[in-house]
Order: sequence, then structure tokens, then C-alpha cells
Amino acid sequence: MATIDADHVSVDFPLYHGSARSLKRAVFAAASGGRIGKDAQKRVVVQGLRDVSFHLGAGDRLGLVGSNGAGKTTLLRTLAGIYEPVRGRVRVCGSLNALLDPNLGMNPDLTGRENIALRGLFAGLGRPAIRRLEEDVRDFADLDAFVDLPVRTYSSGMVVRLGFALATAIHPEVLMMDEWFLAGDAGFLDKARLRLESLVRGAEILVLSSHMHEIVARWCNRVIWLENGRIQEDGAPQEVLGHYLAGKGSEEAPTLPAPLPAPPFAEATVVDALLKESDRGGLR
Amino acid sequence: MNRADAPLAAPPPALRLKTRGGATLDLVAGLGFSGRQHQAIADLGEAARLWRLGTTLAWLDVKGRYRGSMLGPLWLTLSTAVMVAALGFLYSTLFKMVLREYLPFLALSLVLWGYVQTMVSEACLGFTQNDAIIRAVRMPFSLYGGRIVLRNVIVLAHNIIVIVVVFAIFDTWPGARAALALPGVVLWLVDSLAVTMALAAICARFRDIPPIVASIMQIAFFVSPVIWRPELIHRGARFLPLNPFYSLFEIVRGPLLGEIPGHMIWFSALGYSVLMIALAWLLFVRVRGRLAFWV
Repeated sequence: MATIDADHVSVDFPLYHGSARSLKRAVFAAASGGRIGKDAQKRVVVQGLRDVSFHLGAGDRLGLVGSNGAGKTTLLRTLAGIYEPVRGRVRVCGSLNALLDPNLGMNPDLTGRENIALRGLFAGLGRPAIRRLEEDVRDFADLDAFVDLPVRTYSSGMVVRLGFALATAIHPEVLMMDEWFLAGDAGFLDKARLRLESLVRGAEILVLSSHMHEIVARWCNRVIWLENGRIQEDGAPQEVLGHYLAGKGSEEAPTLPAPLPAPPFAEATVVDALLKESDRGGLR
Repeated sequence: MNRADAPLAAPPPALRLKTRGGATLDLVAGLGFSGRQHQAIADLGEAARLWRLGTTLAWLDVKGRYRGSMLGPLWLTLSTAVMVAALGFLYSTLFKMVLREYLPFLALSLVLWGYVQTMVSEACLGFTQNDAIIRAVRMPFSLYGGRIVLRNVIVLAHNIIVIVVVFAIFDTWPGARAALALPGVVLWLVDSLAVTMALAAICARFRDIPPIVASIMQIAFFVSPVIWRPELIHRGARFLPLNPFYSLFEIVRGPLLGEIPGHMIWFSALGYSVLMIALAWLLFVRVRGRLAFWV
């Protein structure tokens, strides 16, 4: 059973810029008893997260909302183990996949096939699983013969499709997703949406950070509203989103879509036409 | 969850990541030294488990540099060969040395130095260059260090051809004594990883380190017996083992040239190695959790 426990988690960001990056200054400051290099000692620390606590179990779909810089992505990265907490504890049980960077480790000089294999290795897959990954991604992204050409020869639409197919191919028990993934849902293709929804529903736990409240309301059964790295409110989506949007003075507050009991899968008949569309920069 | 109602894009079962229970991630702040050391050991273990990724990345790095060129990585061999030939003829004339004695020494020294220098300069970018990956996915940090060491070992392997050719031309095979270089090679590999990890971490925190390291390496090249033979120093030769580059070079170079390094040299090489490895380990244990914030 997958679980996530965040226990009084705080994360600080040291902002090293200019002189704080310099060894010479640091040595000088130490040698002069901190008089000369005072600015080197005065390092700016930004608090990314403050005292964040929650527990998630199987079946939980958590949405993170908040203004820019509220700490949504920092929290995702902390739960994914990228940032280690400065105070508190993070504990995750279950296989984990965090979709944070659409082009993770993608090398434009390598062929599509090589990039797929590389991503498989990053996920720690064995040879047979990598072969399956290759078939799955090639079929979804419609790469055909391009799979053996370097990625830099791809159209931008193909690169987007490859990145998306790769990111959504591996199904973890704990899925974390940043909003880039859903950006511009108007152009979001049915085929891609189906694949994403299958990924989301296959996961035992979802943590989703998004500005798009319709998606949060549809996909999540719990919402945490972050403000300045603190949990402002934690509860049912309708409630928290209502308060959050009201707080922002937004007029869209009352018109939240209903949650997603049985996802309305659209017919995948127009998929091919839509995928052509994606060559002009769709999907995003 | 209920997989029955997930039609269409259901993935092949091989692509479902499963765990055997237990925590996949357990990060506690404010650990003491032993707790941090435990995490550092886990980092190394995880990197070792991903050895296929590490070797693939290292190979791709080498191949990537020579993609589209006819000779591929053999360009490395060719440029080293030209360098060895040019320097060999120049210095054997300048220093009035017998080419047959000097060139095998020079070929070996230059190839080994090339390994050290490239590795050190690449180590300085070890983490900062991978900032995008470090911020996107949790990967063991030793993987980035191991990748750099492996990449340079691959390059070194290509350059060994130059040494073999020079040995063949002058018929200066070291014979069975060459096997005595093996412990030295093993020590070099461990030292390489330690130095790479330490430099990568320090350079992630202090951005003015790479040029400092580059100039130290430049000085070390001229001060250490790399292109000049250690025998050229008459007075004060006993102080040579104080130079870590000298003793570390001798334990590998000596046996390959048919000379057995003395106790002092081994003592010095081991001493400096233990010091380097210990410092690198302490540093890694101390800063591993902060690296993601620094890059």
C-alpha cells in the first residue's frame, strides 16, 4: 500500500549569488573575523516550505494550489526526494515517478530509440522492460521511421509527443505531476488525455500541482492550498478551491466542474487529425 | 486502483513500477553523522545498482563527441599519438636523451596525465552541468561522479594503443613486471572517484574553484616528473615522494617501464590516497543532502 507522510517539513533555499558563491570572499571573511566579508556571511535564505504536515494513503488524489512562489513545486520536489527537508521528515512508500521536466535527460543528438532506452535506464528498468517501453512510446508518439533518427531532426510536435509518451509510459504507485504537464488543456489531445488519465488512475496516490482549478477539481479528492510555503487550508476540493478562488477575488469560484466519478472518455476517432494538429506545437 | 475501468492505453505490465513494501524514500532532517553516513552509503549502493545507466551514459558521452566523424573515438588516439611524437622528438633533442629510453616514458606519462587532467577539469562541472536532471529526478549523486570516471577510463583505454605502439616500435616490453602496476591501477580508480566527487561538490558551492583548480593542475604538470624523468633531480630526490603526483604516477608508470617502485613511493601514494578518500568521504557525507540546492 502506497503512503506519503510529510511530518513538519521545512525547506530553506540558500540564495547564493554574487559574492556568496566565491571561495575567496569566504576565506577572506573567515580570516578577517567576519569584518571585511560581512556580506559573504549575510546569505539570503528563502523559506521554501514551513512546517508542512499531511498523510496520504492509497486512493488519495492531492491537488496543490497557491499563487506563484507559494511552494507547490518545492513541495513536489521534496516529496520526490530531490530536495531533502531541513527540518521534519518525508516518508514515501511505493514506487515513485515525478513528472517535473518534460524533456528529462533527453539528448537531441541521440536517436529516438536511444533516448527511450536511456529513459528506461534512468527508471531502473531491465532489458525486456525497455523493449516494451520502446514499443509503447514509438506507437503512441507515431515516430515510425523517425525512431532511428536523431531527435534534433524531429519537428517540434514530434519532440513534444516523444517527451509526453516517455513521461507517461512508466506507471508508478505514487505519481507526482507538475502543471507543465497539463498546460493549455484547450489544445490537449484526446489521445494524450486518455493516456494521462490511465496513468493517473493506475497510480495509488496522485500529487498534482496546478493553476488549472478545473483539473484539480475533477481529478483530486483533496486539496492543499499553500501560501508562502505554509499550508493555508487542507480539505475537500470544492471547499478549499472555493476559499482559494474567493480569496483571490476571482469570479470563477462558483463554477467548478463536478468531480470525476467515471471519467468521460471521449471517442478516440478524431485522434489522427488531432495528432497532425500537434505538429504545429500542440499538446502543450 | 480499479484497473478494470482503465481501457485503451493500459500499459504493458512490465512498465508498472512495483515495490516490495518498505519505504522507497525516508528523509529525516537533522541526522547525526552516522545517519548521514548511512544515506551516503545508500547513495553509493544505488549508483552501483544503476551501473548500466552509468556505463551507457559514459559511452554516449565519448561517442557523442565524435558523432559523424569517420574515426570516431580513435581521434583521441590519433591526437595523443601526434602529441607524443612531437614532444618526444623535441625534448629528446633538447635534453639530449636517447629516444628509445625517453619515448616510452613520455608516451606513458602523457597518456596518464591526460587522464588526470581531463578528469579533474570535468569533475569541476560534475554536478553543475547536470543541474536539470538533479532538479527533475532523485538520482544518486555518485552516479554523476562514476559517469565522469568511466568516461575518462574509456578515453584512457583508447590512448593505451599509443603506448602499445611505442613499446612495440622500441621493443621495450616490461614483461611480467607490468602486473605489478595492477594494484596501482585499482588505487587510481578509487582515488579518481573520490577526487571527482569532492571537486564536483566544492565547485557546485563555490563557483570560483574551477579556474583555481585549472591553474594548480598546470603548475603540477611542470613541477612533477611527467615530461621530465625523476632521475634528472640529483640533490633532494628523496623529497620527491612528498609530491603526490610523483608517487601516484610511479606506482603505475614504474612497473610498466620495468621498474619496481620502492617502499617510500608506495607509502606516499597510499598515504595521500587515504587522506584524499577520507576527506572526500567526509565532505560527501556532510553536503550530499544540500547538493540539489547548490546546483
